[in-house]
Amino acid sequence: MKRLKLLGLQIAVGLVFLLLWHVLTAYPILAPVKQTQFFFSNPVDVLARVWKEFASGEIWRHLWITLVETILAFVFGAAGGILFGFLFARREVLAAVFDPYIKAANALPRVVLAPIFALWFGLGIWSKVALGFTLVFFIVFFNVYQGVREVSPVVLSNARMLGMNERQLLRHVYWPAALTWMFSSLHTSVGFALVGAVVGEYLGSSAGLGYKIHEAESVFDVTGVFAGMVILSIFVIIIDALVTMIENRLLVWRPAPSTTGQV
Amino acid sequence: MSTTPDAPAVSLNNVAITFGAKGSGYTAVRTIDLTVRPMEFVAIVGPTGCGKSTLLNASAGLLKPSDGKVEIFGAPLQGLNGRAGYLFQQDALMPWKTALQNVAVALEPKGVGRTEADAKAREWLRRVGLAAFVDRYPHMLSGGQRKRVALAQMLIRDPEILLMDEPFGPLDAQTRQIMGNLLLDLWAANRKAVLFVTHDLEEAIALADRVVVMSAGPAARIIGDFPVTLARPRDIAELRVEPEFHHIHKEIWASLRTEVQKAYAQGEGGTA
Repeated sequence: MKRLKLLGLQIAVGLVFLLLWHVLTAYPILAPVKQTQFFFSNPVDVLARVWKEFASGEIWRHLWITLVETILAFVFGAAGGILFGFLFARREVLAAVFDPYIKAANALPRVVLAPIFALWFGLGIWSKVALGFTLVFFIVFFNVYQGVREVSPVVLSNARMLGMNERQLLRHVYWPAALTWMFSSLHTSVGFALVGAVVGEYLGSSAGLGYKIHEAESVFDVTGVFAGMVILSIFVIIIDALVTMIENRLLVWRPAPSTTGQV
Repeated sequence: MSTTPDAPAVSLNNVAITFGAKGSGYTAVRTIDLTVRPMEFVAIVGPTGCGKSTLLNASAGLLKPSDGKVEIFGAPLQGLNGRAGYLFQQDALMPWKTALQNVAVALEPKGVGRTEADAKAREWLRRVGLAAFVDRYPHMLSGGQRKRVALAQMLIRDPEILLMDEPFGPLDAQTRQIMGNLLLDLWAANRKAVLFVTHDLEEAIALADRVVVMSAGPAARIIGDFPVTLARPRDIAELRVEPEFHHIHKEIWASLRTEVQKAYAQGEGGTA
């Protein structure tokens, strides 16, 4: 019952927002209708455009490309982050030597890399994957590094007293601890993989959601921009729900997280 | 049964442990001479911060003494003590493994196969009264149940020496009694050398063959060594009302009291 009520309220907020948007843009309240619609479009038009995109099948190709870029960026970024996170956490010298460079690299706004990646990897998907990689890598890297270093010393001592060698410690203690931390950042890192893909497409490509939005923007097609954003939002919500499902499956051993407020 | 019958299971000779630089560091314990014979249950009591746990860690090989010798069954201890099991005060179970996995994994370093390890772990969990909880993760178990899992995890390896660091400290009084009786039952069935650290004198007397009293830190020493002649098998709850128990308690407390007062007078300065 409580969940139902919550859902009702959540839908109500959306409806009020859409209604307000519609009233302000369909009637000459703030400015002439033509003017407001040029800047803000109209929810009915936007939804009609979204529908058209899906109905005509035009959008699927772009969605697919963005999805592939996101997944590749995530997989490579996470793999690299886990590998280096482990290596640096277990070899303090490496961590100490590379520390300033890692900080410098992480401080760099990734958007400036996009043109370089386009130059190196072309306008296809790989320049977007590279951009997403640079975002995902650091999130996973820092989390795994932290996770391996902050393994409970008692759990570790206990495992050593049980006679575990380095390989067994890695498998039974360090690896699960690192995975926990990686999963705690899963939502963020998947989100950033998507950001990398969309921003990359936006800055130079011939396909993908970012490209669709950019294309609409360049001809002042505000309806098209909003439609692209709506589709992107739906896409993000679905991916996020999938991530939550995977997380719940893999982290069954954790105390139940509070689920209030999650859609 | 030990390989060298005459040698004590654990022997600390003139051991001193100093943290930080030698000379300027904090000396936790000094001039410690302590032996635990095979099959003997020795309890160490002392005020908070007297370095009881430090001695245990030195016997486990988790800590290298700054001075003196540690010998295990007559052989000098190098690296970790492979013949000892350790029961920690804090939760030491792997939170990402179920009770069964936590116990079974203890056999992996011994090269026991998965099926056999699982079967043995089930048997041990039954012995500690957790047959119905094998598939629970540690966070789904109570503090007492987690201690039972840890006990099974330690005992399944059949170590020759049991080192216990205030293992029942975080539990409530009733659970402590139950765990104490469980420990005595398991120990009676398969006697090992036990070094049991506690700050609870009653617990020490109820469990041990010998109670060793330490002075307040820093630079704590052993100031008393009392045999406990109470008959076995013992029931901890019933034991506490027996006159002999009170007699022993009074005797040991006389030497412990001044040290506890000293520790209090030092405030919260000392750390274990």
